[in-house]
This record gives sequence, C-alpha cells and structure tokens, in this order.
Amino acid sequence: MTPLLDDRVACAAVELDLTEDQAFFAQTTRKFLAAECSITAVRALESSDDGFDRDYWRRGCELGWTSMLVSEADGGGSLSDHGILDLVLVAEEMGAAVAPGPLVPVSVVASTISAHGSPAQKRTWLPGLLSGELIAAWVSGDGAIVEAGAQADVFLVTVDGEQRIVAAADATISPLVGLDLVRRFARVEISADAGEPIGGDGERELQIAVALQSAETCGAMQRIFDVTLEYMADRYSFGRPLSSYQALKHRVADNKMHLEASHAIATAAARAIAEDAPDANEVVSAAKSYIGAIATELIQDCVQLHGGIGVTWEHDLHLYLRRATVNRATYGTPTEHRERIAATIVGAA
Amino acid sequence: MSEPIEEFRGRARAWLNQNMPPLSPAAWDRRAEGRRAVERDLQRRVWDGGFAGICFPAEYGGLGLAPEYQDVFSDESAPYDMPFTFNLPTFSILAATLVDFGTHEQKLRHLPAILKGDELWVQFLSEPSGGSDLAGCLTRADRDGDVFVLNGSKIWSSGAAESDYAMCLARTNWDVPKHRGLTIFILKIHQPGVKVEQIRQVDGSMEFCQEFFDDVVVPVTDVVGEIDDGWTVATRLLTHERSAVGGHSKYISGRSIGHDPSNDDDNTIVQLVRDLGLEQDRHARQLVAEAQVRQMVSRALIDRVSRGIAAGAASPASGAILKLFLATGVMRRTEIGLDIAGEVAAAWPVQEPHTPGQIMSEMSLWRQGISLGGGSNEIQRNIISERVLGMPREYAADREIPYRDVKRTGG
Repeated sequence: MTPLLDDRVACAAVELDLTEDQAFFAQTTRKFLAAECSITAVRALESSDDGFDRDYWRRGCELGWTSMLVSEADGGGSLSDHGILDLVLVAEEMGAAVAPGPLVPVSVVASTISAHGSPAQKRTWLPGLLSGELIAAWVSGDGAIVEAGAQADVFLVTVDGEQRIVAAADATISPLVGLDLVRRFARVEISADAGEPIGGDGERELQIAVALQSAETCGAMQRIFDVTLEYMADRYSFGRPLSSYQALKHRVADNKMHLEASHAIATAAARAIAEDAPDANEVVSAAKSYIGAIATELIQDCVQLHGGIGVTWEHDLHLYLRRATVNRATYGTPTEHRERIAATIVGAA
Repeated sequence: MSEPIEEFRGRARAWLNQNMPPLSPAAWDRRAEGRRAVERDLQRRVWDGGFAGICFPAEYGGLGLAPEYQDVFSDESAPYDMPFTFNLPTFSILAATLVDFGTHEQKLRHLPAILKGDELWVQFLSEPSGGSDLAGCLTRADRDGDVFVLNGSKIWSSGAAESDYAMCLARTNWDVPKHRGLTIFILKIHQPGVKVEQIRQVDGSMEFCQEFFDDVVVPVTDVVGEIDDGWTVATRLLTHERSAVGGHSKYISGRSIGHDPSNDDDNTIVQLVRDLGLEQDRHARQLVAEAQVRQMVSRALIDRVSRGIAAGAASPASGAILKLFLATGVMRRTEIGLDIAGEVAAAWPVQEPHTPGQIMSEMSLWRQGISLGGGSNEIQRNIISERVLGMPREYAADREIPYRDVKRTGG
C-alpha cells in the first residue's frame, strides 16, 4: 500500500502569499516531520503513554515551534511581525502528517505567560517550554478533558475569565483514553486556590487554540483530498478510472469547494488574531463552526470514495478522520461557536 | 504616478456626498419599472464627476487605475444610490470582454458610451434548444459580402428589452466541429428584424427575454475577435461572468444591495429573527449564526481565490469555485430563512408589503436562479473537476465531427 506521507504531494499552505522566511520555515517543518514521524512512526506511538517522543518534541522546539508566540525579550521570536501567522504553518504541516505533539496547549500557555506572566513565572516556565523540556496544558472550565493533561508540568487554568498558573504537582490528574491514536487527554482537578493568578481572560487563549486547530484540520483535509484524487485516477472499475465518472467528479468538486473555503476562513481567523481585529472572536468562531463540521464530512466522503479499504485499520485514512473528529469536539464544538456568533448578532442568550 | 489612494478616497467621499442621492428602499428593487432610466442618469453623473470606469483603460474613457482604487470608491459609495444595473452584465462581462478582444474602433465607439451611461449591454448566448451546451448554438450568421445575416433565437437574456447592445454568439461555419465554427457579434438590439419578447419569471418579475432574429444585418466590422473563433471570445466572456457573479471583478463599481440572498451584507434573516421575537430561541440562534458564518466564509473565499488567480497560484477556472459556493449558499440561506419565518412565509397583511416573511419566501421561489444562470452548478462542477483538478473530461458525442452531422433534439 502506498504510504500517505511522501514527497510527491506538496502541502498547500494555509497562506497563499508567504514570505520567503515563512516558506522556508514551513518547508523545514515538513521535511522534519517527513523524516521523524512517518505514518508508521505515528502508528507505533499508539501504545506509548505520552503519545509523542520527548526528543522529537525538543527538536521540533529547536525549529521554533514554541517560540512564535513568545516575545523576543522572553527568549522567543517569530519570523513575521505576527507569530500566529508563522505558527499556523506548523499546525497545518502537523495536520498533513497527523503528527504528534502538544502544539496547541503549549502555544496557548507559553503565549499567556509571555504576555501576562510575572518575571518569576516567566523565569520558572518559559525556558523549559521554549526548549521542549517542559510541557504545558490549558485547563478551561471544569477540566474534564484537557489536552496533554497527563504530560504537563504546568497548567494555565481559566475559570469565568480569571486565570491562574498551577504546577502539575498541585493537580489531580486522571488520564483518559482518546480517539486520536497519539493525542492524549486527561481529567484534571485543581482546587480553586491552587497556584498563582496571571492576567488574561481566556478569550485570546481560545482564539489561538482554535486558529491552530483550524489550520491543523485544514492540513489533514488537504492531505486526504490529494490522496483521494490520486487514488481515483489510479483505480479502475468497469474499464475506466474512478475519476472519469461524473457522479464522483461532482462530489470531488464540492469537496474542493469546501476545502478552499476552509483554507480561506482558517487564514482569515489567523489574520484577525494577528491584526487584533475588533471582530476576531467572531471570525475565529466562524472558522471553527465551518471547518469543524465540514472536515469530518469531507474526510468521510473520501472514505466512501476509497471503498471498503477506507474503513480498514490498515489504511491510514482513519488516522486523519480521528484527528478531525477530535479537533471538531475540542476547544468548543461548531454548535458552541455558532452560539458565540449568535450572541454578537442578536444578543446574549 | 497615480493619486495617493487616501487623497482619492477623500475626493470620492466629498464628490459622492455632493452628487449622489442617498440609498432608498426604492433602489432595492432593481427590476422595478423605470429603474433603468434612473440608473442611466446616475451613471452619467458618475461619468461627469470623473469616477466612471476606474479600472477601464484611460484610452477608452476609463481611469486606468489599480483595483484598490475601485475598492475604495465602492466602499465610499455604500450609502448612496448607484447605477448597480450597469455592473452586471454591462461593465463586468461585456465591456470586460470588449477590452480583451475588441478592435480599437469598436472600443472607441462603445466603451466611452457605456461609461457615460448611454449603452446597456446584455449577452445573447443561450438558445431555446439548450443552455449548458452553449457551443451547440443553432443561431446562424451567413456571410453576404461585407455583412452577415442572422437568423435564429436567443433566450434567458436578462433585461434585453431595456438594453441597447448585445454580444451574440452565432454559427458561421457548419462544416467544422462545433467549437470551431462560431463567431461573436456586436448586435444592436432595437433594429429591424429583431423581436424581443419578455418572459414572466417565477417571482412575477419580467426580467428575462427571448429574442427572434429574422434576416438581421450585421456588418463584418461588428465581429468581436476572429470569424469562426468566437468560442475563444465566449470562453473569456464566461470567465468574466464567473468572476463577476462570484464577486471578484475589478470592473464592478459599488456594493450589491437590497434583499438579495447572494449579497453578503443582506440582513433579512436577522431582521426576521427580530420581527418574530426569536432572539432567545435556541434553534433560531443556531440558524442565524450559520447564515452569518456562510457570509464570512464567502468573503474569505472570494479574497483567497481572487488573490490566488491574480498571483498565478490558482487556475483562472477557480472562479467556478466562487460561483458554486455562492449558488449553494443561496440555497442554504433561503432554507434557513424559511425555517425561521415559519407560517409568516405563507401569508402577510395587505397593508404591509415587503415584510421579511414575504421577502424571504419570494426569494426562496427564485433561489435556483443563481444556480442556473451564468453556468449551472453542474457546469461549475465540471469546470472544477476537469479544469481546476485535471480529472478526465466527460465523453462528448459531438467532438471532431462537422456540426451539421451532430444529432440534435427533435432531429
């Protein structure tokens, strides 16, 4: 069977007009992921506790994965003026490779500590998060399902717009079994007075999480779309390639439309955050509600276009479907994000 | 060196404020009787003010400026009544095609007249025998010395009865395969031999027309592009049409307005929720947000695809993605509207016309219009799969044989 990850399929970047630096950064990440986490390597991590290799994560951090949302004064730094526009490139490449690693939670927490942390908080946590020695997780609300909760050394806790930084030692952590083969979740219980307060109210945090997650889902969708298109050209039935049937071509055309629309709104979300646009919350929620719902539908349709092989464990499609399904469910469902948009249009519920 | 854009903006704002009437509900019904006469006058004002044809070549009456200037002017013109009807199809499809393929004389004769508001144009492409198979055109143009003589019929030409000129596709050679024997003509609509009949549409309006040609004489100098190479011109015309309908033509001046489900700024659904007091209804909140999301995605998609085409990163055929997104979006939006409206979509008080319920339900009757006009959704899906994605082309029984031998409906 042809492995999904190979050199032939170039990943369409979220952003069409990248700077040279950004294009190089995306390419470096792509090469690194191709070398370090082939689909075989990703599958091998299924039974691991962390879901990712610590050394792999440290080397990803050396490429700048955790630096982009941290200020230069704090030891970070981005390629463009807006780190989020650089970081979505990493997220998209990770989606295309269904790569492991706690990119979203570490990015969210490092960004908040850099923006609002006390000198002591920065000294304690940022060097480790930047180098990849330490892992962080974001506990929003009741902490029932926290990405990388059992791997984290430190938590950012957001409850009712108030935020705290809490060391892992002060939390009760129960690992969960997750749908994604390599993305780990845990239940995290933290007492209300644990840790120290930090600024921010959770809105920016949600924006960053959703923008990264949307870019990642776009990368996954793009890869599966490309692979399916190739499969349809190679696969013959009734003496003709599948790609010659109009009934199937029209479905692929619809999928292409949704794919481009997803890239477009994912880019718009990252830009709105970068520009601190007044409607950034709304654009981010539009991205989540659109991409969250369409991604699983699109990948499922690609499963259908593959035929029976598409619902086997052996084929790699399900790794992407798992990732898209988990991304749909976390950091607010499409329904929850539509409710946020409704509140801006017709008032709070 | 162009005028700095912010100076241009300031000048446009001041001029608009002095010269253009404020936008009123009357302007929303662009199909209303007498509306075209109003628009011709409005376009003349824009011309006299020096803001007509911002992206058209200066040589032919335009300003020859970059699309950013048009964007600025369109933004500034939002509060005013503008000659919206000129945008589509006159400016963005037919004048655009004339810029690409017209002779110097043709452009001199028509482009300034168009920009002055003297000429409204339409396209004569579809025929009663078939719409999607445009190259299967049966209207014939027979050469007779320095003129061609046209016979046949065209249909679905919106607004032809009140327009002045058309670009007309006709067959000039029956001995070659279908795409190679077509020619595009500039055709004066109101002249001997041309009969225009109006067709009543599903929403009661009379926009559509059918034309009948009986020995209409057209000079050879009115051929656009080369004789027998009209398909090249028609293909470009259709590309301009997809751009325009999809929302990224630089020739469109002003923003779409009114109760138009393809308009990103249309707020009929929000108004409906308010009128019915459904602000706290969970289901209505989800629907109103879904409609809003589609509009936001639509704007982002237009931006992405336009920039992609301009930068050469995306195929020009990608305009089909915009057209399909728009048309399928209209289906979903009217569905949402009907769902929210409930029974007020069925009947409304005599004394209160134009309630959001009425607007929504009438819009939904007409909703397939945009899925059919300008290349049906099915045609757009063919274009996306074949030309954007390179999937195999559909089998066609009429390729590579003389058109006179092709099997036709009823024959």
